[in-house]
Amino acid sequence: MSKALLIEPDKCTSCRLCELACSARNAGAFRPTRSRIQVAVNVDEAFYFPMVCFQCPDAPCVEQCPTQALERDPSTGLVRVLEDLCNECGVCETACPYGVIRCMDGKARKCELCGGEPECVRFCAPGALRYEPTEQWPSESRQAYAGQLRELCEEARR
Amino acid sequence: MTHANTGMMLRVDLSRRTVREEPIKTELARAYIGGRGLGTRLICDEVDAKVDPLDPANKLILAAGPLTGTTAMCGGRYMAITKGALTGAIACSNSGGNFGPELKYAGYDMIVLEGAASEPMILVIEDKAAALRPADGLWGKTVHETEDALHAQLGPDYKCVSIGPAGEKLVRFACILNDKARAAGRSGVGAVMGSKRLKAVAVRGTGGLTAADPPAFRAACLDAFAKLKAGPITGTGLPKFGTAILVNVINESGVFPTRNFQQGQFESAEQISGETIAEEILIRNRACMACPMACGRVTAIRDGKFQGRGEGPEYESIWALAADVGVSDLAAATKANYICNELGMDTITAGATVACAMELYEKGAISKSEAGCELRFGDADVLVEMITKMGRREGFGDVLAEGAARVAKKYGRPELFMGAKGQEFPAYDPRGVLGMGLQYATSNRGGCHVRGYMIAPEILSVPQKMDPHAAEGKAAMNIALQNLTAALDSSGVCLFVVFSIGAAELTAMLKSATGAAYDVDEFLRVGERIWNLEKLFNQRAGFSKKDDTLPRRMLSEPMPGGPAGGKTVPLDEMMKEYYCLRGWDADGRPTKEKLAALDLQSAS
Repeated sequence: MSKALLIEPDKCTSCRLCELACSARNAGAFRPTRSRIQVAVNVDEAFYFPMVCFQCPDAPCVEQCPTQALERDPSTGLVRVLEDLCNECGVCETACPYGVIRCMDGKARKCELCGGEPECVRFCAPGALRYEPTEQWPSESRQAYAGQLRELCEEARR
Repeated sequence: MTHANTGMMLRVDLSRRTVREEPIKTELARAYIGGRGLGTRLICDEVDAKVDPLDPANKLILAAGPLTGTTAMCGGRYMAITKGALTGAIACSNSGGNFGPELKYAGYDMIVLEGAASEPMILVIEDKAAALRPADGLWGKTVHETEDALHAQLGPDYKCVSIGPAGEKLVRFACILNDKARAAGRSGVGAVMGSKRLKAVAVRGTGGLTAADPPAFRAACLDAFAKLKAGPITGTGLPKFGTAILVNVINESGVFPTRNFQQGQFESAEQISGETIAEEILIRNRACMACPMACGRVTAIRDGKFQGRGEGPEYESIWALAADVGVSDLAAATKANYICNELGMDTITAGATVACAMELYEKGAISKSEAGCELRFGDADVLVEMITKMGRREGFGDVLAEGAARVAKKYGRPELFMGAKGQEFPAYDPRGVLGMGLQYATSNRGGCHVRGYMIAPEILSVPQKMDPHAAEGKAAMNIALQNLTAALDSSGVCLFVVFSIGAAELTAMLKSATGAAYDVDEFLRVGERIWNLEKLFNQRAGFSKKDDTLPRRMLSEPMPGGPAGGKTVPLDEMMKEYYCLRGWDADGRPTKEKLAALDLQSAS
């Protein structure tokens, strides 16, 4: 059974340990600007929302990459960057509706689930991030997350 | 020693409007760790201890620790170190949020602020590019307005510290706020910033920090993480109810100071407890960076005349703005707390000063015509009015803006000031927690709970249970906690970690982060060195044995009732032992031998 990164934004406290853990694991430094997960924070609204790749089944970044540098593993569902093919053109950045793939230090970078042991999950105290088997979960939680995002967007427009 | 440190500081001369970068001496960073320790060392080396705290010759240091900005548990801290405007003693106020880490990502461990500008300025730092700019249109604005304006002007990713109108008007207990509601609260560090006419510092950093031994550091962090999650206070109490979980605990112990310490239990404690806050006004928790506890409370008073929104109140704040002033209305106390944050004032001293003035009024020392109102305990409207006026130095607020010690002295009843070395006590009546009494009397920054938190052993049984009503063993425990806290603060982590981890875990994180070969003994010796250095500064500033004391009420007026009924603080007995165990002489002065053992000869 494959696993997915599950996000419950309501449990997030905005401590950003996920950003620190991710950047240390994937960029070699405690460096939030290089983290592949980032907590969107609005202090006044007490709004904290961890933003990270959903590993979309119909990923726009994969579809639009002009050099085929992004591929989706059919067995695990993981979307990966093939560094040799990436020329940092930035099309994936604009293609992604969530802003969770970014060109950094010469290549496109995104969450690749730390090879099956996501470091952000290891450091998430309130349990806003979990990595669990997905039989029924992924679509449900993704829909819930998307629902919250939609509400927020609507609110922002009002 | 770099790795987790940047090894660099920024020296900003407000008088000359110059900004320059300087390397931090490696051997000093090793000997003082960083933050509070290193900042205190620089203040001792560069500031005449006799200087008026509001004189341009005083300096203000904003300093992170080596663990700030890493995955070290609760490593989101920075400290403001200076000669305190409230006390004239060494001051170091500690705050979390996101400012300290951002400063390090920009490439600096600390900022040294010197001189005073002729007109209001802001300091803007973007990845090693730092510049002073005129504070166009910001002077006079509240903390929230200032941060909003800076974000609009510079971009939303900047992390800011600023002072409010209280800091500008040199309210003696003005604080420095960051992330809107996190405060380097005590001793008037914000008044010193105001005296330099520096409205704000905004920083954006995109760089990173590394650990000297990444696998060992990760393991040390995860070990601390697991212990914090499993601990009852750090894993459940603070996350669920915030610091105000203490209201009921301390009230039941009979040491919840009420009406300027006239009683030890507040009849309306339940109405202002952490449980009630969680039930009635809590919107969401908010964590400082890298903190798994998230004790911060985003709250709102949704309707009525005290309507508002912000953060808190924390335990000490709800005490000062409710029990100490006899107010049982959670909405009013919360509103007063919001006003303190927006105007930029220490909630403890603000509330305690109103409480002192209320007792002076009720005892006839302050007249109604002077106060401009009936300054009686329990009046929620008067509380909110006085807090607002003191933050702007309007009317009688101008008198209150000097703090309780000066107010009590002005009206001829100095014994009604409930504090030590000019700083008001926080929310524990020492008559029923004797070790806390010793702590108040010996604290280098005056009445204070975060220098050696004796409530941990005396009430919370951490690291071991001690009888709160006994003097025995308190000196040794207080010294151990004071040394540990000094080293912990300097590392850049939050004091609250000590409810679940100790020197061993902290040393493991510090050693693997910096690569310096600290062990537990050396870590604690650094703490002792810092404590003695602070003491030396205070001696030079004019403090002596006579200042290591408590108000008459604590020493000779028995607690009127409750579990601590009939108790007073046997201070002399504990103090003798304290001086002796510290290796100080009978007048509380560090001996030559002690200073030599701590490599402090050059500082004396």
